[in-house]
Amino acid sequence: MKLYPIRGGIHPDYRKDQTSEKAIVALPMPAALYIPLQQHIGAPAEVLVSAGDLVKKGQMIARSQGVISSPQHAPTSGRITAVTQVAAPHPSGLPQSTIILEPDGKDEWADLPEPIADPFAADPHTIHDRVAQSGIVGMGGAAFPSAVKLNLGTQKKLEILLLNGAECEPYLTCDDRVMREFPAEIIDGARIMAHALGTPKVVIGIEQNKPQAIEIMTKAASAFAEIEVVAVPVQYPMGSERHLVQAITGRETPARKLTADLGVVVHNVATARAVHHAVRFGQPLVARVVTVSGGAIREPKNVLTPIGARIADLVEFCGGFAARPESVVNGGPMMGQPLASLEAPVVKGTSGILALTAEEINNHPTSPCIRCGTCVTICPCGLSPVEMAAFIRKDKLDGAAKLGVMDCVSCGSCSWACPSHIPLVHYFNYAKGVLRVLENEQRKSDRVKTLAEVHNLRIEKAAEAKRAALAARNPAPTVPTAEEKASA
Amino acid sequence: MLIAVISLTVMGVVLGGILGAAARFFAVEENPLEEELKALLPGSQCGQCGFVGCSQYAAALAKGETPVILCAPGGKAVAEALAKKLGVTADLSGHEEKVPVYSTINEALCIGCTRCIRECSTDAILGANKLMHTVIIEACHGCGKCAKVCPTDAIVMVPVRVTLANWHWPKPEVEHMQSNPEVGHAH
Repeated sequence: MKLYPIRGGIHPDYRKDQTSEKAIVALPMPAALYIPLQQHIGAPAEVLVSAGDLVKKGQMIARSQGVISSPQHAPTSGRITAVTQVAAPHPSGLPQSTIILEPDGKDEWADLPEPIADPFAADPHTIHDRVAQSGIVGMGGAAFPSAVKLNLGTQKKLEILLLNGAECEPYLTCDDRVMREFPAEIIDGARIMAHALGTPKVVIGIEQNKPQAIEIMTKAASAFAEIEVVAVPVQYPMGSERHLVQAITGRETPARKLTADLGVVVHNVATARAVHHAVRFGQPLVARVVTVSGGAIREPKNVLTPIGARIADLVEFCGGFAARPESVVNGGPMMGQPLASLEAPVVKGTSGILALTAEEINNHPTSPCIRCGTCVTICPCGLSPVEMAAFIRKDKLDGAAKLGVMDCVSCGSCSWACPSHIPLVHYFNYAKGVLRVLENEQRKSDRVKTLAEVHNLRIEKAAEAKRAALAARNPAPTVPTAEEKASA
Repeated sequence: MLIAVISLTVMGVVLGGILGAAARFFAVEENPLEEELKALLPGSQCGQCGFVGCSQYAAALAKGETPVILCAPGGKAVAEALAKKLGVTADLSGHEEKVPVYSTINEALCIGCTRCIRECSTDAILGANKLMHTVIIEACHGCGKCAKVCPTDAIVMVPVRVTLANWHWPKPEVEHMQSNPEVGHAH
């Protein structure tokens, strides 16, 4: 297959060998699981259980509310001890509503929905509903509800289902291991998704630094003419949805458009596997593979983790810390976010937990910009980081917005490449956050304005009606007529 | 030569006359800027700027009689938008950024008098006579008029809490490495 170049990008030290040759091992069931109601983009799920309830594995414990939302299921059987506020796996460490489940050790499945006997004969809606019901969200990290993306076939003409197995972030190997160990499940899930989407073609994109995965997946896909496994160049951020689409189709997704507008829908390989489990066995998404790695971890591993296990449980299972971690990161080292607390749980979008030493982080004091232009050359989105950062430094967010800061995907390539160690991507994350808050404020202010207008209109109408009623009751509050005078 | 001078003079007088007449007869009474400024304001007539309502504040702004930073519910965003429209710089240094607030009703103290409901310009308070009232947070823009009329002080304005939904990274604090410390102290 002909591949197309992507713009910019970097070649960091991949450091995947710490975990890439280690088979996936299951985490022993922890003493308690913490299942947040919001593990996805969209509206949080609505809790269905209360303290004291007994639940079985796979039972729905919170249902989705709204179009873009996702339900939560019990990752094992046990007793609900509380529904309360627990620190989120988020750099702020702010609390969020979380269901606490105390496992009973039996790991008994609930009555699951019937498997869909022949998914390829089933109506796409049946598959969509099953995926929605099973709480499947994008497992590459963004955690967008997968069912919403599977529905795109009804709105747009789609050509390709692109399975993302690029895994371009250093350290992470969970997708690599899943591809090597469960190729048939991924292929089956991909075929089911392609059927639901109505795409005639499936392309599986894997970076060339995973030769075993490429070989195994190619072999597993050989029975199906519509599936093609493609080895894409090793170039961060190849695993970004838009960049992978560009590498495969040669077309760039316009700003504020979806890849689906180009006829391509992208799903992660682990998501395809979750779809296979949901459709073939009725099993919801209750566990995922997490890469636990970094120089400060004693025994780096790929761990099959029930959703809701604390990050501290994972670290302990991997032998604890061998050195003092300078930072514990949720996700990859490029785009991952530092964790405020190890008490936070693993969620559906957690691809990796990295405990990085000071050497690995390589923190330097910032020096002034030398205007070398490296960040402009390597920006995979074609932006001008140096100019945007200059605007943001002087609090001129409008200027940064005009230069397209909202189109920045926060890949961090500019920060990585900057010889002056200017925290460029931090500036952009800050600016994007502030601009989003301002946009929300503007939206609220518009809504309030409408409410105030409607309110005034109603008050006026009521006053008008009152005047009319008054006028009707005493038709002539003026001088009494001659007849009235006479009768009086 | 003479023809050119005469024709141009005549044209000047006639066209000038037309313009003069148009300025008199088709004059726009309201300053169009006023309408544009009004559109930028929240329109909830809360009166926290010191004017009776948004139109009056807009009128004063259009005349340049008042600073752009007075709108409390609009906050910094509105102040900046107004400054941009007027072509002035918003002096936000003296302006203490008020954190966004919303109204809450202490249900134990509420006697159900409905005074706050009548006061609310965005219909954000729900309740009925002698029944407990409550605030629809999404519709409340924190003008505080309800808190002023409450006879039992059951209404308090509380700051909007930082949650996962509205949290964002702070601005990075960059301390430049100084190769020569003396240069750093010089200014």
